[in-house]
Amino acid sequence: MHICTVVPISLTVGANRIVPAIAIPHPLGNPALEPAEEKKLRRKIVEKALRALSTEVDGQTVFEN
Amino acid sequence: MSKIRVVHYINQFFAGIGGEEKADIKPEVREGVVGPGAALNAAFGGEAEIVATVICGDSYYNENLEDAKQEILEMVKKYEPNLFIAGPAFNAGRYGVACGSISKIVKEELNIPVATAMYIENPGADMYKKDLYIIETGNSAAAMRTAAPALAKLALKLAKGEEIGAPTVDGYIPRGVRKNVFLEERGSKRAVDMMLKKLKGEEFVTEYPMPDFDNVTPNPAVKDISKAKIALVTSGGIVPKGNPNHIESSSASKYGKYDIADFADLTEATHETAHGGYDPIYANADADRVLPVDVLRDMEKEGVIGELHRYFYTTVGNGTSVANSKGFAAKFAQELLADGVTAVILTST
Repeated sequence: MHICTVVPISLTVGANRIVPAIAIPHPLGNPALEPAEEKKLRRKIVEKALRALSTEVDGQTVFEN
Repeated sequence: MSKIRVVHYINQFFAGIGGEEKADIKPEVREGVVGPGAALNAAFGGEAEIVATVICGDSYYNENLEDAKQEILEMVKKYEPNLFIAGPAFNAGRYGVACGSISKIVKEELNIPVATAMYIENPGADMYKKDLYIIETGNSAAAMRTAAPALAKLALKLAKGEEIGAPTVDGYIPRGVRKNVFLEERGSKRAVDMMLKKLKGEEFVTEYPMPDFDNVTPNPAVKDISKAKIALVTSGGIVPKGNPNHIESSSASKYGKYDIADFADLTEATHETAHGGYDPIYANADADRVLPVDVLRDMEKEGVIGELHRYFYTTVGNGTSVANSKGFAAKFAQELLADGVTAVILTST
């Protein structure tokens, strides 16, 4: 599965399970947050990624929520 | 000036010998023109002449590749040609592969210009378009009327050492070569003009076509994530501090494989990014922002996942060619499979 900030690129290159990320220089983080908060945010994205991996898909799928 | 001497290669079908039932015939050579050579000769306009035609069965060629190549090479050499032409092969797969393969070896061994022609979806096109000039044809022999003159014209240009134009000008399959040229109008104006045409729904020709990406059937879902071995891969350029394998900051020619068995957290002291295409300060301060080792290590401890694979794979996805990226993945995917990895999380910046 692909964690990627620019979802249209991920769709173009053919990823099948896509989880949108935060920003290009920090896809799994947000330096504006306190470290503990930032790690929580990162964990949420990784949890979404694991959910995507555990979900059957029949074509390219973006996991927004 | 004497005429350019041409040796032409065709298969058993175009030689009029037979179809599939004759596809196993061995290479043979005939003086002068056979079959489609006549159309080529006519298109040469007296500047070149086919002095001999080599004929080989498509199955024979592909099943006896090394022998066939050598036998044909000897036949061609004997006629001391200045130019070698194979096909057109249209959409005949084995014929197209044979045309590409024999043209390549003649070019390399005899050091003379070569040209061939086929349909864009002929497997020979993809295999040899980087090595050869391949005129793009229609998908059946019905296109001979346009294919033969185009092939003859390009071949003559090659033989005379004339400059070859862009693929759209000379009608060959793009070879993936980029060339610097000066144009009247600057790039910004050309880009805006193109955008305006696009908005108006008018035709326009891009100066930088997107590469062809292939789509793959999705893998089945992971049944039990708590037993899964998860590997991390990134195009975000995360490397151990100091970038020990010198992965390039753009147009990467390699990838890295690094051990994270002893890491529960990536820090400023241990990891950084080699990527030259985004502001590196956030990833350098905390590489978990690109490669979430800290979170996955926690999840491993909690039993949310089975295991975090001890190696991560990384490259810089900044101007890195699709061909390189494919090559990297083809290699390390085998290792991931051999290591029993269940699923991969790929992160991109």
